[in-house]
Amino acid sequence: MTEENVRELVKPYVQVTGGLIQALRRLMGDFGYIDQEYIPGIADVFNISKAEVRGVISFYHDFRTQSPAKNRVRICQAEACQALGARKLTQDIESQLNLKLGDKSEDGSVELDPVYCLGLCSVGPSLQVNDRLIARGSVESIKEFIR
Amino acid sequence: MRAQLSDDSVARALDSQSVETQLRRQDIDTELVGSLGLHWLEPLLQISRDGTEYAFSNVTVSNLSEIVNSLPQDGDPKLSSNFLGSISDQQYLKNQQRLVFDRAGRINPLTVPSSELLESILSSEPKTLIDAMETSGLRGRGGAGFPAHIKWRTVAETTSDQKYVVCNADEGDSGTFSDRMIMEGDPFKLIEGMVIAGYATGSTKGIIYLRSEYPVALEYLSQALELAYSNRWLGNEIRGSSFNFDLEVFVGAGAYICGEETSLLESLEGKRGEIRFKPPVPAISGLFGKPTLVHNVITLASIPGIFEIGATEYANLGIGRSTGTMPFQISGNVKHGGLIEIPFGTTVRALIEDFGGGTLSGRPFRTVQIGGPLGAYLSEKELDTPLTYEHMEEIEAGIGHGGLVVFDDTVDLREQAEYAFEFCEVESCGKCTPCRIGSVRGKEAMRQFKDGVDIRTYQLVEDLCDVMEQASLCQMGGMTPIPVRSAMQRFPEDFRRRGF
Repeated sequence: MTEENVRELVKPYVQVTGGLIQALRRLMGDFGYIDQEYIPGIADVFNISKAEVRGVISFYHDFRTQSPAKNRVRICQAEACQALGARKLTQDIESQLNLKLGDKSEDGSVELDPVYCLGLCSVGPSLQVNDRLIARGSVESIKEFIR
Repeated sequence: MRAQLSDDSVARALDSQSVETQLRRQDIDTELVGSLGLHWLEPLLQISRDGTEYAFSNVTVSNLSEIVNSLPQDGDPKLSSNFLGSISDQQYLKNQQRLVFDRAGRINPLTVPSSELLESILSSEPKTLIDAMETSGLRGRGGAGFPAHIKWRTVAETTSDQKYVVCNADEGDSGTFSDRMIMEGDPFKLIEGMVIAGYATGSTKGIIYLRSEYPVALEYLSQALELAYSNRWLGNEIRGSSFNFDLEVFVGAGAYICGEETSLLESLEGKRGEIRFKPPVPAISGLFGKPTLVHNVITLASIPGIFEIGATEYANLGIGRSTGTMPFQISGNVKHGGLIEIPFGTTVRALIEDFGGGTLSGRPFRTVQIGGPLGAYLSEKELDTPLTYEHMEEIEAGIGHGGLVVFDDTVDLREQAEYAFEFCEVESCGKCTPCRIGSVRGKEAMRQFKDGVDIRTYQLVEDLCDVMEQASLCQMGGMTPIPVRSAMQRFPEDFRRRGF
């Protein structure tokens, strides 16, 4: 990722509906995170303030300014999954991975995040490992999908 | 021999795609369909051979061969234990009345339906369509239950060079998945509803605001939009009429609050999803300050059904001012979780016991939360309440988005009340103080209650709930007291006094 590169990538979104969010989604898709270094460049292309760009990045859960781990495990924390033991499953996965919810492992191999509803409420508790959705999740089920 | 395999998020999360690969490897003609909403049976496989249909539940790569080989040969059938008979004979489906979900689960989601209805609507007077909406009594299915025709008339009567139809597909409530299921199972139902709404209100541009947690819905919607354009369901001069309507999908970036309509509009403008003051209402000044019709997915997807059976007929379904059918969703600790589309007026008990079959764990039922994270926890003795907007209001509850989350007796309502505040803290947009700060203070109080309740803090929580309810700018802060109060009032035994 270079400054020039980022400017080129986000430029087409200036004229689009909700362009800044779409541009940031694009950067997330391409790089996995938005390096803070490029915020001034993005602000310049959109002709808005750095604070506005930073404000949008910090508002949405999907946007992040730190590089992601190789694997991302998400555990649904919402009510329907709670009713099927999500609290216990969260604890079990935390101790299995030796991580707390919201943390990334030191070697950068895996991170554990909460998610609030994946829409699989009838077959919970729900998990997501990278792109893979998992119903009736267990500690064992995540092992299979970690790269 | 022909096979139909479910291919929605639930089926995929249960490994249906491996089954699909296996079916294709065996050269079995396979069509992917959405889910019928009998989620405990997923992945569901239907095989038709010589005019007979055989349905099989919980298909996996390892039981697939056994299932295929178990199909009755000339003699007696030697059926696998996953055999269900014909899916249409399932009581769960027979006891429903599906208008929105009439096709979902039975067709490939990318089947362009007959355009007969759409063409006849596009040749009628827009005003008569709005009148029909009024006759139908359709109310917003996203949670607020606001009469749809009032929004339509307001947008239609506001003069502007540009008007929008915005579909709220930011289905963030836990326990709700009907929006996802229609987008993944029959996206043309939604597209048709949006075109009709656009025509009636004089809007030429539509946007579907889809939450990023729904990648499968995005996949199907994007392909359906392409097909809609190539079949003139969208674009210029739709189906031979003089009406032009463009439609696009906008993917959100993870924010529950963007399900609130003004916050959603801010987000569509590329900004932080902070809510706006109302008035002006979006129907007068919405996206980029233009008149905007904002409806949730199921509201829009209900529209074709209304015109298909007729507005008066639609209004005859349901009870009182709760007209038509509602796709309820039952989940959590329940045996038969899934989608149940029925007219308003069935009792909560009927959904949980007759459809749901009781708790999955087999333990006694304790509570059901209706209407998502901002909905009330009901006690056993309230289960005979009919599911209508009015009856729910009488017991200080709401239907919300139609989700029912069942809990067995292992639930701790203090924990649920703490979660209600915590969720509000995580998802608050931060614009108003009662919601931003109140949620944090409420969570702290609930944590203190772990060691027993002291009366002073208890009263503080009651005051806090009053302030949040009265002074929050939107329903996020305004309705968080509902689950909290319902837990405290209906389940006081989970909030024991300190030292007792």
